[in-house]
Amino acid sequence: MSGTKNVIEVRDLNVYYGKFQALRSINLDIQANRITALIGPSGCGKSTFLRALNRMNDLIEGCRTEGQVLFEGKNIYDPETDLLELRRRVGMVFQRPNPFPLSVAENITYGLRVHGITDREYLEEKLYRSLQAVNLWDELKDRLYENALKLTGEQQQRLCIARLLAVEPEVVLMDEPCSALDPVATARIEDLMYELKKDYTIVIVTHNMQQAARVSDYTGYFLLGDLVEFGETHQIFTSPRDKRTEDYITGRFG
Amino acid sequence: MTPLERNDRLIRIGLLMIALSAISILAIITVFIFEQGTPIMFKYGLKSFLLGRDWYPTEQSFGLLPMIVGSLMVTAGALIIGVPLGLASAIFLTEFSHRRLTRILKPVIELLAGIPSVVYGFIGLMFLVPFIRENFGGPGLSVLAASIILGIMILPTVISIAIDSIRAVPDSYREGSIALGATKWQTVRLVVLPAARSGIVAGIILGMGRAIGETMAVIMVAGNAANIPDSILAPVRTLTSNIALEMAYAGGEHREALFATGVILFIIIMILNTLANVTTARQRRK
Repeated sequence: MSGTKNVIEVRDLNVYYGKFQALRSINLDIQANRITALIGPSGCGKSTFLRALNRMNDLIEGCRTEGQVLFEGKNIYDPETDLLELRRRVGMVFQRPNPFPLSVAENITYGLRVHGITDREYLEEKLYRSLQAVNLWDELKDRLYENALKLTGEQQQRLCIARLLAVEPEVVLMDEPCSALDPVATARIEDLMYELKKDYTIVIVTHNMQQAARVSDYTGYFLLGDLVEFGETHQIFTSPRDKRTEDYITGRFG
Repeated sequence: MTPLERNDRLIRIGLLMIALSAISILAIITVFIFEQGTPIMFKYGLKSFLLGRDWYPTEQSFGLLPMIVGSLMVTAGALIIGVPLGLASAIFLTEFSHRRLTRILKPVIELLAGIPSVVYGFIGLMFLVPFIRENFGGPGLSVLAASIILGIMILPTVISIAIDSIRAVPDSYREGSIALGATKWQTVRLVVLPAARSGIVAGIILGMGRAIGETMAVIMVAGNAANIPDSILAPVRTLTSNIALEMAYAGGEHREALFATGVILFIIIMILNTLANVTTARQRRK
């Protein structure tokens, strides 16, 4: 399983909300074309960690970050980082599907348009390919100009993933992407993640341990702001090294 | 029935009576205006009222067109001035300003709504009218002066309703947009404003209702000539001014013609309010 390069290297990452320290000295490498799952109880810092990887924490007032996040070798917390470009390359899917209250087509082309692409043919090509990549094209090809809020929850979440793929990111961050979906829809989104890892690096936060075990190659266990254990998913779930990880995955805690 | 239950029942009936009396007062006013205003409109013909250009009420000439045009002109002018200013302020206060600054500024803006209209009119008369006369020509008392004063007067309405509807846009839309690499301004322009559109439009329509109904401030700065203005520097008379200026000495058919003015004003405002209700209802359904 080893051998691919590290896309993201996190070094001594500390995140504070005001005086509260949400993450303590996190070190972690994320490998290209792999799915890395972050598990742990609620409020343990896994979403904060995810949002640190594309600097979405910047939007939260009073949030302070120390340490380094190296993306392709460059620290994204350097002052000269181009945030717009960073967020294009490191995209994010949220817990609740959040399509814009615009048409399906406008949702998909939104990211391209804000990055200055206006060529009609290119936009149409992207619309087709992005929807195709998340297996929505056949379902929605006749509904491209309908309001995206009319879609089902699963379709909305797929649309949000497609919207992201349209801007050609390298890393896809997913923050509990299935928590608002039923088990059937969840299984289909998981299949999609499996397909996507051929072309993208995926980091997923989940509170669902089965999900982490099913889809991921690497797993990290967060507890109260610490990264307790990180390793190959198989190893974490069969022979955890840390007692706290074992307690969590066997259901004795959390 | 226990005594306490009987007590509740009595209170319910009492409140119902009070509510009904408030509604019936409104109904009586409506009936009275129409009863007083419509007969003369039918006597001389609807067309001569709505399209007649001559208002000589003592000579049976009741053309209201100059006043209808006047009301629409100053209202349109108020919107041209008030809407961009109000929208820009609302966007700044919700999306770009520090939260502490918003907490200070929003009450200040709402305070603007509490200033009596005669004070706005007085300020307009003392400063704005001479300024227009000296810099742009004409008598100063003009469509332009009335539009500027009304544009300022509708700001609190436009701003506070726009702020409420922009705040009602879920943060998840903003996050989704920022996470795709959009700038803050792109996010506001392409996602937040379209999502808040119907609320913003409702606020604009309410502001429009305020502008068309305003009387005192307009009388003081508009010049009040009952002619269709040929430029924005010409004086103008609105429907509301027409009633207020002549009611003191009007009798007979003249008085009825002023009620007819009221009927037309009433209908215009009803249309605007219905529009506002329909657009806000549509937003809620989304």
